[in-house]
Amino acid sequence: MFSRLATASRSAARRAAQRVGASRSVTSSTIGGYEVFDHSYDAVVIGAGGAGLRAAAGLVNHGLKTACITKVFPTRSHTVAAQGGINGALANMTEDDWRWHAYDTVKGADWLGDQDAIQHMCRLAPEVILELESFGLPFSRTPEGKIYQRAFGGQSLKFGKGGQAYRCAAAADRTGHAILHTLYGMALKFDCLFFVEYFAMDLIMSDDGKCLGCVAMCMEDGSIHRFGAHSTIIATGGFGRAYQSCTSAHTCTGDGSAMASRAGLPMQDLEFVQFHPTGIFPAGCLLTEGCRGEGGILRNSEGEPFMARYAPTAKDLASRDVVSRAMTLEIREGRGVGPNKDHIFLHLDHLPPETLAERLPGISETAKIFAGVDVTKEPAPVLPTVHYNMGGIPTNWKTQVVRDAEDTIVPGLLAAGEAGCASVHGANRLGANSLLDLVVFGRQAADTTAELVKPNSPPVTLPKNAGEASIARMDKIRNAKGPIPTADLRRELQVTMQKYAPVYRNSDDLAKGKGVIVEVMKKYKDVGVTDRTMIWNTDLIETLELENLINQAAQEMYAAEARKESRGAHAHENFPERDDENWMKHTLSWLDKPHVEDAKVVLKYRRVIDQPLDKEMHHVPPAKRVY
Amino acid sequence: MALAARISRPFVPRLFSRSFAAAAQPQTFAIYRYDPDQQAKPFLQEYNIDLKSCGPMILDALIKIKDEVDTTLTFRRSCREGICGSCAMNINGKNGLACLLYIEPSSKPIEIQPLPHTYVVKDLVPDLTNFYNQYKSIEPWLKRKDVKAKDDKEYFQSREDRAKLDGMYECILCACCMTSCPSYWWNPEYYLGPAVLMQAYRWIADSRDQFTEERLAWVNDTMKLYRCHGIMNCTNCCPKGLDPAKAIVHLKEQVAETYTDAWKSMMTEEIVKNKGRESGMMYM
Repeated sequence: MFSRLATASRSAARRAAQRVGASRSVTSSTIGGYEVFDHSYDAVVIGAGGAGLRAAAGLVNHGLKTACITKVFPTRSHTVAAQGGINGALANMTEDDWRWHAYDTVKGADWLGDQDAIQHMCRLAPEVILELESFGLPFSRTPEGKIYQRAFGGQSLKFGKGGQAYRCAAAADRTGHAILHTLYGMALKFDCLFFVEYFAMDLIMSDDGKCLGCVAMCMEDGSIHRFGAHSTIIATGGFGRAYQSCTSAHTCTGDGSAMASRAGLPMQDLEFVQFHPTGIFPAGCLLTEGCRGEGGILRNSEGEPFMARYAPTAKDLASRDVVSRAMTLEIREGRGVGPNKDHIFLHLDHLPPETLAERLPGISETAKIFAGVDVTKEPAPVLPTVHYNMGGIPTNWKTQVVRDAEDTIVPGLLAAGEAGCASVHGANRLGANSLLDLVVFGRQAADTTAELVKPNSPPVTLPKNAGEASIARMDKIRNAKGPIPTADLRRELQVTMQKYAPVYRNSDDLAKGKGVIVEVMKKYKDVGVTDRTMIWNTDLIETLELENLINQAAQEMYAAEARKESRGAHAHENFPERDDENWMKHTLSWLDKPHVEDAKVVLKYRRVIDQPLDKEMHHVPPAKRVY
Repeated sequence: MALAARISRPFVPRLFSRSFAAAAQPQTFAIYRYDPDQQAKPFLQEYNIDLKSCGPMILDALIKIKDEVDTTLTFRRSCREGICGSCAMNINGKNGLACLLYIEPSSKPIEIQPLPHTYVVKDLVPDLTNFYNQYKSIEPWLKRKDVKAKDDKEYFQSREDRAKLDGMYECILCACCMTSCPSYWWNPEYYLGPAVLMQAYRWIADSRDQFTEERLAWVNDTMKLYRCHGIMNCTNCCPKGLDPAKAIVHLKEQVAETYTDAWKSMMTEEIVKNKGRESGMMYM
């Protein structure tokens, strides 16, 4: 029956055990004064967005005993807010070839993407899109009844020589919503087991560097849970909330990435942060690139469609970093719009209202609510806004996490989606490639796990004191009496990142930024939490999330300061050219201690994989990146 | 850098021209508080904030109160743009998303309560487990009877057939409609509620789905479907402008048109097929 227990139960695990049947045994103990429940699974997925859900569904389909841990209900994950579409060479609108898509992706990444992973993603794209459709995704349709594909940024035919490609499969401008809800339905079909509103705190690692699972806190009653698993998949998204203005949700705090960092693992390419050209000014909400795909045009205060100057071929559909830089320069040179000349206009008013109603209904609504603008009649105010992290936990093309420049695999740990860095997006991500990344690498994580783990494997033996440090840390933060409120320190971090590492960076600001970030890191030890409860303590959760944000932002700042070139989204005013000879390499960054208040950032480098997986695709040699 | 200096000012979105005089614009909010540790009687706590230094939406006010006044105030939120459905709550008596509702300055306190007739975990956080289970029970995925041939691509769907899904697939599962329905208040265990019924109809209306008759037969139940009496609170409060009431009317019509006595044995077969699964079309 559906009835909920009437009392505020303190044993969520016992209820979970009842719901799923007695065959899943849960044991309990006490560590550091907290009641701890131990679970054992073949595989555990942390995060239930696009990548996490696809991984969980795939794992269950392979017959593996799987748990999916998520701090929000799955359909609240930020994948739901994606708008534009998912790229794939279905060839529904024109002739198309996945190799052309792969070429565009390599170029879009400014040659920092790993070509083996890119090949894998682009080759699988048509298959995964058709798979989503077969689970009921309500794609928009062409007159022939096939999946509608729109034009999107950086997409071309015939290796850049054949004009604009129409390969972004879309469901109006709610594709992310459609994908996430379809994936949730898929997960329900396979009876995936979810641990909803459990906040994952740390990975459990063995002494010899194997990942054994993770430790999480149930928000409903504050109980601690240790999940032992033969394969742990991190799919926790990015850390957009390190910036003041971002399209990201409040929940995008880099939790899984920071967990890996605390376990002594490196992050890769964190300096590459994508500024989406058209975030609503000043609210920060996203207006999809699909606006420009359907014919929308950016104009400055003189009414000029200025992108024609910066990207003569692709114009408004150039790569996002190119467009964001163009907009920033226009504003800098005094041609911004509005009373303070501090933003740009996105014009959709020349498009037929029927097109807007059919293809862009969601953003029409968003522009109305957040900018007070009727897009059929007036332009929408936009500004480049932090949107995506190209960097993340370094993995090979099979989503296995690597711990160093020699690609040493961390047994038992995988990462997929925005949290991972395979790297398919290199220095800049093309629009509509992220939704593709989620589904392809979510599926790959499940497939890789199925290769390595047999169904109903014997339980992982957790060290007796596994998670002790995590629990002690959580306890310390929960009782923190420092003078700095979490919101204040978070605001300080966000202002710092926005000021010292925006669209255009320079040596002075980056050097200052490093100093300021170190201060922010140290100040974390003085943070104060007021709410002492164990039940739904959002004060505590936000403070733990703040540590994750600081962890990632510090590494980003150091990586950005060290990279003395401009590549993709990292635009360095003192080094305006791309320097393949010295800088065609991935940045690896570590914190030398787990806790931000004690740590220093360490940097190393790792080569880019420039050869494809096999003969089906030619290596794309570096070239000048012009749109 | 001039540009960076401009961006680094405090982020204060100002949508409408409020008077820019130096005086503050105070507004009182009366917010439902419930402490599960004390388990004392819930009460409305009043907070007063200056709207001049606050964003325009109710969610902005909640976040400002939490950040600056009382960090124990607890509520769900994520996207802040009205697409995730986390911040559904009851504001001045009407369900809605806090991130999409403007603060309307008023001399009376703005009352914020959790979604009506839900078990409250803490403050503004309701327990929606029942709703999620009911959503699973209608099997929200495409169901086919044939197997796709190896080289087949997508299922064809005409633009007219695709248009039938508009107004239904956009549902964000925020539960505003469910918890605004008096019928759902009185029978939450049995009545499926507007959001779930609309999603049931979304799959029935999908031309690619081949279990249409089974879906109709399953929902044809005095408690699951026919607790709807056309009260219309659902359509009235949907923050995405959807019309669950109309979907339910279509659902009832289609059930009536399609009904045959063979449905009973069809349902028995489905239940047998689903035996041992944790949920799905297994409840009669």
